Amino acid sequence: MSFPWANEYKPSNPFMRYMDEKLPLPRFVYNAVGAGYPVPRNLNYFWNFGVLAGVALMVQIVTGIVLAMHFAAESTVAFSSVEHVMRDVNAGWFLRYAHMNGASMFFIVVYTHIFRGLFYGSYKPPREMVWHLGLVIFLLMMATAFMGYVLPWGQMSFWGAKVITGLFGAIPLVGEPIQTWLLGGFAPDNAALNRFFSLHFLLPFVILGVIILHVWALHIPGSSNPTGVEVKTEQDTVPFHPYYTAKDGVGLAVFFLLFATLVFFAPNLLGEPDNYIPANPLATPANIVPEWYFWPFYAILRAFTVDFLFIPAKLLGVLAMFASILLLFFLPWLDTSAVRSGHYRPLFRKFFWFGLIPTIAILGYCGGSHATDSIVLVSQIAAAYYFAHFLIILPIISRVETTKPLPTSITEAVLGHAPLNATLQPAE
Amino acid sequence: MESMASLMEDSATAGEEQGGVRRRDFINVAAASFAGVGAVAVVLPLINQMNPSADVLAEASTEVDLKAILPGQAIKTIFRKQPLFVRHLTPVEVAEAEKAPLAGMRDPQTLEERTKAGKTQWLVTMGVCTHLGCVPLGAAEGEVKGEFGGYFCPCHGSSYDTAARIRKGPAPRNLQVPPYEFTSDTAILVG
Amino acid sequence: MIRIGAFLVGLFFSGWLLISAAMGAYTFVTVPAAPTAEHEFHKPPKAVNYSFDGPAGKFDRAQLQRGLQIFKEVCSACHSLKYVSFRDFKDLGYSEGQVKTIAQTWPTETPSINPDTGEAATRKPNAADKIPSPYPNEVAARAANNNALPPDLSLMTKARHGGPAYVYSLLTGYQAPPAKLKEKFPASMPGKTTHYNPYFANLNLAMPSPLNTEGQVTYGEGAPKPTVDQMAKDVSAFLTWTAEPKLENRKRAGTAAVVFLLIFLGLCVGAYKNVWADKKAHA
Repeated sequence: MSFPWANEYKPSNPFMRYMDEKLPLPRFVYNAVGAGYPVPRNLNYFWNFGVLAGVALMVQIVTGIVLAMHFAAESTVAFSSVEHVMRDVNAGWFLRYAHMNGASMFFIVVYTHIFRGLFYGSYKPPREMVWHLGLVIFLLMMATAFMGYVLPWGQMSFWGAKVITGLFGAIPLVGEPIQTWLLGGFAPDNAALNRFFSLHFLLPFVILGVIILHVWALHIPGSSNPTGVEVKTEQDTVPFHPYYTAKDGVGLAVFFLLFATLVFFAPNLLGEPDNYIPANPLATPANIVPEWYFWPFYAILRAFTVDFLFIPAKLLGVLAMFASILLLFFLPWLDTSAVRSGHYRPLFRKFFWFGLIPTIAILGYCGGSHATDSIVLVSQIAAAYYFAHFLIILPIISRVETTKPLPTSITEAVLGHAPLNATLQPAE
Repeated sequence: MESMASLMEDSATAGEEQGGVRRRDFINVAAASFAGVGAVAVVLPLINQMNPSADVLAEASTEVDLKAILPGQAIKTIFRKQPLFVRHLTPVEVAEAEKAPLAGMRDPQTLEERTKAGKTQWLVTMGVCTHLGCVPLGAAEGEVKGEFGGYFCPCHGSSYDTAARIRKGPAPRNLQVPPYEFTSDTAILVG
Repeated sequence: MIRIGAFLVGLFFSGWLLISAAMGAYTFVTVPAAPTAEHEFHKPPKAVNYSFDGPAGKFDRAQLQRGLQIFKEVCSACHSLKYVSFRDFKDLGYSEGQVKTIAQTWPTETPSINPDTGEAATRKPNAADKIPSPYPNEVAARAANNNALPPDLSLMTKARHGGPAYVYSLLTGYQAPPAKLKEKFPASMPGKTTHYNPYFANLNLAMPSPLNTEGQVTYGEGAPKPTVDQMAKDVSAFLTWTAEPKLENRKRAGTAAVVFLLIFLGLCVGAYKNVWADKKAHA
């Protein structure tokens, strides 16, 4: 991004000058996250979550690589190899619990990051590409997490794999052959375990690549901000370093505090006891549930109980489950309001806080519960609202609502008056 | 006046900057250092996890029963996942080993140095050639014992004598004697 | 274009969901779901305290040793503990020599191969061995237990909601089935080979009450009385150790980590305020 007032990289250290001449990596870092990247001065703590997501990914990669030194991806020994890690490997229990709860932390952070995007209209032009790349990252994360959960080969690992790969069987005509191809067999077994291990190891690095694109795409227009008003003058911004490196430090400390509390004091709080039972293809657990971060989607999947003409309910559920994520790709065109931030969109805000958030919370609760009649009923109503919110309500609201007047600039919003001695220069 | 004040609220005055920044930077340095300490504290288990795990360390000792090994016989067994040779030397072999001249040996050692006091007939060595790691022949019944009556490595021709000392061939050192103790007259604990 | 398509898709999904909901509600009201025995008679685990509860919890080694004794004398006849090695018992306060004795006097021997004939044989376990299972395989286990498989107990307190409280409740929860059960759900009455226990998810389990007499196991000097309640507490504490031998390390490391991070948070907030001091009305 070329804000004309951005600090220029001027290394004083002769070694750094030499390095920068041969390979401009120092300059690149300086301009991306250093003092050379101007960022709106009014970002709130919701803007910390991108960096936190990157940190969470690093935690998963480091703990994952180290665990892979001890894990045996063979169905007869996989479960025991995890117990070997927990009992005999030096600090193995810490690595396993960190990796297990790190996945939950990753999703907590990413969901908050996504909700920031939804509320502040970060998906609106010119940042649609950032949004789309982010959704790709989210899909890759879900695939990675799903395959990772299968690896310990517990009851939930096996039966979760069975249910989710079974969904592919719902696709008409080609469904069953695709399912068999995915599994390498007729049910999850050694073949599935081995390929899931390979892909689980690979995908985080694909995610890393997409993250690079995601941040690159962001740095073209630069970060948005809570007012949704674009940067106009130098007074609207501060250099990323030291202002936001300092703020990210606070965010990191809170992140690791929460992470440490989970890992050391409640390591199995977010997990399922059934996964401490070795996989048994002959005994179905009382309640097959995926990990908590999949619960809203699981609820949508199970909400479809009635066939529609020639479409079986099972297929409807699968289509709806994927649609619930894919519809987010179209958000920039569904929400056509010229005002980005929810702060200045009172009607949008109401539907966000009283409609969308409670609905997703309810869907999450239903997804983790036994599929009793009343739970299914509640999920049907909640899922109906979910689709209506994005596909019907948002497009209508964005056309008819009266927005609050926007501040003329970030500086005005922050300091209470227009920037002084500065001609309004549009950012390039 | 107003505009001046507003301009100033946005940046520290020049005068205060020098001393002020140095004074105030302490907290920044403290926070960064704490982060560094934390990072080291986390890296330690990451490195330590590669050290042998508890089950590997538990198999670090092996008991060997000597009752069945008659003079002239040897057994091949496993110690720390590697071959171990336990040989019951005959009096002839003991004499040979004690007679051999140390001068001219690549790795001079007496038989006494390589066995336990009063039990020089028991030769306990690793079964790993010190050249490039092959398993020498000579422990099992009928195997070639080489020119010096001890062990012979078929890979590159290293020949060991009755005290498993290297006498001919490319191996640089004698067969390694692992730490061991006699737990009784008929059993040893290796490692 | 997109908006029209979105509108139609939204109408379809939301509409069909609401119709399905209405249909479901109709059946829910007209054909109410049959109540189940489990729903009415199953009880959640009892409240029970352990020395290892809470962020500063520690194992009571004397209790763990008593629990091991109960496991060895009562449970090991049918249940395996295959993820635990004998050498792990050093954690319970035993010396290397004592561990070796426990291993060599264990009721079951370790499978091995006869070194002369190559046939299957058994040998006395040594400290590095995992605890041998009472049955060589699942078929043998079922054959000896009316086709029921006694589960391995190494991870039992992590594999059930309620953990050690569940194990304690189960062991102390055997009772005669209430009269109401016979009335409302005669099919859920215990059979000839099952026993009623409301703390068990399916109400009736194949295991008969294993701890049913006071003094079934003789405790050493200075130990509490071996009542059924005490024995259940001790063995459930022992099983918590088998499931989580590193529990104390974990909580100790956690205290250090949280204290460190709280200080770190304080420093970071200080640094943040310091950096932003000259920017008025920052976020």
